[in-house]
Amino acid sequence: MSGPITPTRTYYRVFAALIALTLVTVYVSFLELGPWHTTVGVLIGVVKASLVGLFFMHLLHSSKASWLAVLASLFWLGILMVLTISDYLTRHILEY
Amino acid sequence: MSTNHAVLAHHFENLEQQRETAAFGMWIFLATEVLIFGAIFTCYAIYRLRYPLDFEAASARLNVLIGSINTIVLLSSSLTMALSVHATRVGRQQMLLTCLLLTILLGATFLGLKVVEYYQDYKEKLVPVLAFDPDEWTQIEGVEAPVQPQRVQLMLVFYYIMTGLHAAHMIVGMGLLIWLVIEARRGLLTPVRYMPVEVIGLYWHFVDIVWIFLLPLLYLTGTHQAPPWLPIPPIHF
Amino acid sequence: MSSAITTGFVPQAKTRPPRTPGENYLNVAFGVKSWLLTTDHKRIAILYLVTLTILFFIGGAAATVIRLNLMTPNGELVPADTYNKLFSAHGIIMVWFFLVPVVPTVLGNFLVPMMIGARDLAFPKINLLSWYVFTIGAIITLWALLAGGVDTGWTFYTPFSSKYARTNVLPTMIGIFISGFSSIMTGLNFIATMHTMRAPGLTWFRMPLFLWAHYAASIILVLATPVLAMALILVGVERAWGIGIFDPELGGDPVLFQHLFWFYSHPVVYIMLLPAMGIVSEIVTCFSRKHIFGYVFVLWSSIGIAVLSFLVWAHHMFVAGQSVYSALIFSALSYMVAVPSAIKVFNWTATLYKGSIAFETPLLFALGFIALFTMGGLTGLFLAALGVDMHVHDTYFIIAHFHFIMVGGSVMGYMGGLHYWWPKMTGRMYSDFLSKLAALIIFVGFILTFLPQFVLGYLGMPRRYHVYPPEFQVLNVMSSAGASILAVGYVLPLFYMLWSLYAGKPSGPNPWGATGLEWQTPSPPPPHNFDETPIVTTGPYEYSIEESALVH
Ligand SMILES: [Cu+2]
Repeated sequence: MSGPITPTRTYYRVFAALIALTLVTVYVSFLELGPWHTTVGVLIGVVKASLVGLFFMHLLHSSKASWLAVLASLFWLGILMVLTISDYLTRHILEY
Repeated sequence: MSTNHAVLAHHFENLEQQRETAAFGMWIFLATEVLIFGAIFTCYAIYRLRYPLDFEAASARLNVLIGSINTIVLLSSSLTMALSVHATRVGRQQMLLTCLLLTILLGATFLGLKVVEYYQDYKEKLVPVLAFDPDEWTQIEGVEAPVQPQRVQLMLVFYYIMTGLHAAHMIVGMGLLIWLVIEARRGLLTPVRYMPVEVIGLYWHFVDIVWIFLLPLLYLTGTHQAPPWLPIPPIHF
Repeated sequence: MSSAITTGFVPQAKTRPPRTPGENYLNVAFGVKSWLLTTDHKRIAILYLVTLTILFFIGGAAATVIRLNLMTPNGELVPADTYNKLFSAHGIIMVWFFLVPVVPTVLGNFLVPMMIGARDLAFPKINLLSWYVFTIGAIITLWALLAGGVDTGWTFYTPFSSKYARTNVLPTMIGIFISGFSSIMTGLNFIATMHTMRAPGLTWFRMPLFLWAHYAASIILVLATPVLAMALILVGVERAWGIGIFDPELGGDPVLFQHLFWFYSHPVVYIMLLPAMGIVSEIVTCFSRKHIFGYVFVLWSSIGIAVLSFLVWAHHMFVAGQSVYSALIFSALSYMVAVPSAIKVFNWTATLYKGSIAFETPLLFALGFIALFTMGGLTGLFLAALGVDMHVHDTYFIIAHFHFIMVGGSVMGYMGGLHYWWPKMTGRMYSDFLSKLAALIIFVGFILTFLPQFVLGYLGMPRRYHVYPPEFQVLNVMSSAGASILAVGYVLPLFYMLWSLYAGKPSGPNPWGATGLEWQTPSPPPPHNFDETPIVTTGPYEYSIEESALVH
């Protein structure tokens, strides 16, 4: 884990992007988007989280093992969310 | 080489292995954290899908201004944290200390604002059990269908558990940062021994990522109902 | 492959302080402090061994009273509410404070660094911390169980646990919550160790299957435990402040708790089982003097089980009110777990086939594991079927099924592992006769205890009932009789193993003639395991034909 030293310039640029995206997400939330509010908010959140992960947390230069931990956690989070929520979304179709 | 030997723990072969292990260990811990927050996000998602109007109504009453400012404060603290790692690795002790202290300061600002926000929530009767007025919720302007107070309460409970858990992580992180300051002042954080900063940084950034998702999920789901104190009018298209 | 030695030694760059001859991890330091502040993985394993043995017998005592009470249809021994507290205590202690930690923290802690050729786990201090956290959690839970008890069962179903139960639910859950962190620390340590601390030449596909099994179990420990923690937090909040997260009257959904709970608690069965499967792989190869049949298949079946175990949890909730479609999918997915489990059983059998088998005590336990696990696994398929599950849900059929898996499987495997590595851990041999007798008694007692329960369940006797119709008495008495035999089988090892510490004959470094790095060290091993970092040149289980002549 002695990857290259990230230059401060990169950090400042990523920070600027994060602040910009924060302003965008707050602004967009005031628009009338119908049911899409959460979707848009979470999507912007995913972009911001990826920026933090890749640059601030140095995932870009991290070992495969670190990537494995990240991807595994997201995969298992997906299992939990998809299988649980699918129960709730299909309950009303047929009741017994 | 003599300094390297002091830094290297007895059970590792070399520094590279030790660094790799420290970072990987933190990543595994963060995977655990993803699932701990993921579990409550899942619960939140299910009730949000079930009771969309109630959740939006409750969200509209939360303090978007403080929520947004706190997001920027936290992102700034992430920047200073990242800069601390840079400072350690290039061996700039003074910059390291400044950045660490700034991170602590920003973290404290976040928590301070959070306390103010909780207090305002309390005054606005938004705290289930402690201060909550069910009658207030049966007639809300701008909501098409009447909301049910218990469901509003449900949203607020999620708000407190999620932000509370996040704040608890912040407090732990602040403790770790204070330890880093002590280490830095003793001159123990060097380009050779920079992993403590890197690893605690990973934790700090993760806590930041959690907040990145809390902002849209908790604060921004009801903002299109335009709280009167914000100058931005709802824009229709 | 003619050489029996799988490793050669070359000097490494890092020099180590010379070791006095005869120094080992047990005699290197004495006194309470040297144990309570140790970061040596081997000593921590011993700390866990002592703690968990005590907890096992406490949980076993609760089971004894339950079985005594069920001797008569009217349950004359204890009142109904005490009975509820007893089965809750039995489940809680056995699941969280014995079965989940036992193999990873005792045998895993001791062996993972040794098998990997490392001087310690990646995070020795976290390893010690995990023991303290575990012990604190166990003490809180035990206190809660003894001072008033809990009557929710180990499953803490809402809204009973969150609203109606008037027993020590909250402190019990706090204890379990705390001990969960020790699970996470152990899993984290194992994964990090296996990724970064393997000896030179020990590639992933040269790792013994015991390590792969622990890797798979660690994945579950790290990724499932946090979900349980969150579920417990939510129940705790609801119970403490009367907020309706899972209360249907207040807009909550009690089934959501079951989702979170079983997302953890189904995979948890594989935390118990996978390490035991790893033990069986080691024992079967050693005592049939053969390379494992289908190394790659056994390895991937471990990982396969770890992943699939997360996809089946709602088979515990077929009658709980989940969606029909969801139930259908979970039923189908549950069948899939049978595939990797069957692969393992077939491979062990194929390994034994035409091997020169030595019926030593560890192998007897391992054979017991294979037999009982197969029965438990096959009856699990009955339960995965939606239609059958509707009939036998919450009956003794379930009780029998999971005891076959968790006691017949995990405990049997653990006993096998303990007998297999006991000479390595202590440097002493236990009584050959008594240990074989114990293996036999446990097997017979187990069958007699739990086979009648399958019949009882199929006839419709519900679980967790204090009383039952008189026509079930014969089968219940059979079961209780079996339980008393089982108790003798579990107490017996306590005596001959302790006795071996005083009077056992020295075992030498490798009494079974086994391959594997842990056997290349003296018994008991020196404080830092290896004087030189070993270099691995071959895969595991290189038992050659000539070598079989060396078996004592
Ligand atoms: Cu299951």
